Amino acid sequence: MSHSLEVKTLSYAYGSKIALKDANFSIAPGECTILLGPNGAGKSTLFSLITHLYSSRDGQILINGFDVKKQSCDALAHLGVVFQQTTLDMDLSVLQNLHYHASLHGMTRRQATLRIEEELERQGMLERQNEKVRQLNGGHRRRVEIARALLHKPSLLLLDEPTVGLDVPSRQGIVEHVHDLCQNDNLSVLWATHLIDEIYPSDNLIVLHQGEVKAQGSVEKVCGGVTADDISQTFQRLTQAKAL
Amino acid sequence: MKLAHASIALKGIIKRELWRFLKQRERFVAALVRPLVWLFVFAAGFRSTLGIAIIPPYETYILYEVYIAAGLIGMIQLFNGMQSSLSMVYDREMGSMKTLLVSPLPRWFLLMGKLLAGTSVSILQAYVFLVVAWFYDIEAPWLGYVTLFPALVLAGLMLGALGMLLSSFIKQLENFAGVMNFVIFPMFFMSTALYPLWKIKESSELLHTLASYNPFSQAVELIRFALYGQFNLHAFVYTLAAFVVFMAVAVWGYNPSKGMMVKKGGGPS
Repeated sequence: MSHSLEVKTLSYAYGSKIALKDANFSIAPGECTILLGPNGAGKSTLFSLITHLYSSRDGQILINGFDVKKQSCDALAHLGVVFQQTTLDMDLSVLQNLHYHASLHGMTRRQATLRIEEELERQGMLERQNEKVRQLNGGHRRRVEIARALLHKPSLLLLDEPTVGLDVPSRQGIVEHVHDLCQNDNLSVLWATHLIDEIYPSDNLIVLHQGEVKAQGSVEKVCGGVTADDISQTFQRLTQAKAL
Repeated sequence: MKLAHASIALKGIIKRELWRFLKQRERFVAALVRPLVWLFVFAAGFRSTLGIAIIPPYETYILYEVYIAAGLIGMIQLFNGMQSSLSMVYDREMGSMKTLLVSPLPRWFLLMGKLLAGTSVSILQAYVFLVVAWFYDIEAPWLGYVTLFPALVLAGLMLGALGMLLSSFIKQLENFAGVMNFVIFPMFFMSTALYPLWKIKESSELLHTLASYNPFSQAVELIRFALYGQFNLHAFVYTLAAFVVFMAVAVWGYNPSKGMMVKKGGGPS
């Protein structure tokens, strides 16, 4: 089976400080994988490497079979990203932001208009398309960012702690929506978080701690591996293990 | 990279920069007021003390305001280049630069697109400045306004590439202010923007040497000659070479595996 994402023996260091050590994992189409780790675990470094903002000499990352280092354009064409900090242009309207993104992916005006309408409709944001991003609240900005990340129909969606700073209803809305996308659209998701209540029992888990993948697999398998009752306990046991 | 994709993306990048520029009215006004203050106040004050001899491309004695106009166009482009790079540091800190860099296009193309977008804005500013200057009786031959265009493109690209190079080496916004002071002001004052080279030589041999090697001087001379329908080969080659060098280092600086992001050893923002 071809994977949406394959990470093979990936390591990365900032000078002498190891940020990621020999990471191996893969995500199949339609799978929602939660990347769980405390602050400083290496989640953002891993995301920077997958998105080719950073490049590592050690290891390999394949998106839909395309090597991120050697075939970066092909690989990135299959990738949608929602970064931790909002990356929308505050002074531009929702529509202008989305058209800008569509143009970067080579979509014609007609294709872009059609897709923007579809995605904004799905996010319940169509009526606000002409508003400046600055006028939107945090939850709505996130919805626009998710719509933007899906415009070019990627097969893999990366979400870097997308619910940080949002109120409970907004968080729930995003968690539900992303899980629906996996189920209904066969979209693969890698979701970095440290909020345990965002995890569904059907999700896969990758626990990252001090740059090392401590455990991976279904929620049941990971919890069973450390004989813990729930994810919270599992997380505590795995991240209190001895440092690198 | 497909040509159709590249052209759509390039159009999108330039359009976004123009949207931003038009929405930020203060930026537009500031960009215009700065050179106009120099023209109306500084140049008017110095008119009586600074006589300009007949030097190419001018065919007659000229007023100081006429001389300084080309330098002020260069100033617009210098500030715009630095402002674009400042916005790149800001975008990188705020994250919106990531949107551009994770696009499925080669890194050099994206940076070049960003550079062309910034240059387009600076050209727009330069022509608006020239319209105002025209009402102040600073007139160039009509053909000059046309021949000026390619000169503005090259000068804008060179100064933008310099800004981009600086932005690739700067990690935080706070550090940028210092670099601006150490780059913009020395570049502007040690150039032919305000005084011709022979005049600088009269006061200091060292300053004269520095001004001759200053790429900003060459950009200003390229603009000055082009505004009068003439081509300054030396200035063209020098400006082009400076652009190629600055751009190459900037692309290297933004390379995810070789650039300064790795050398600085900082984590991702």
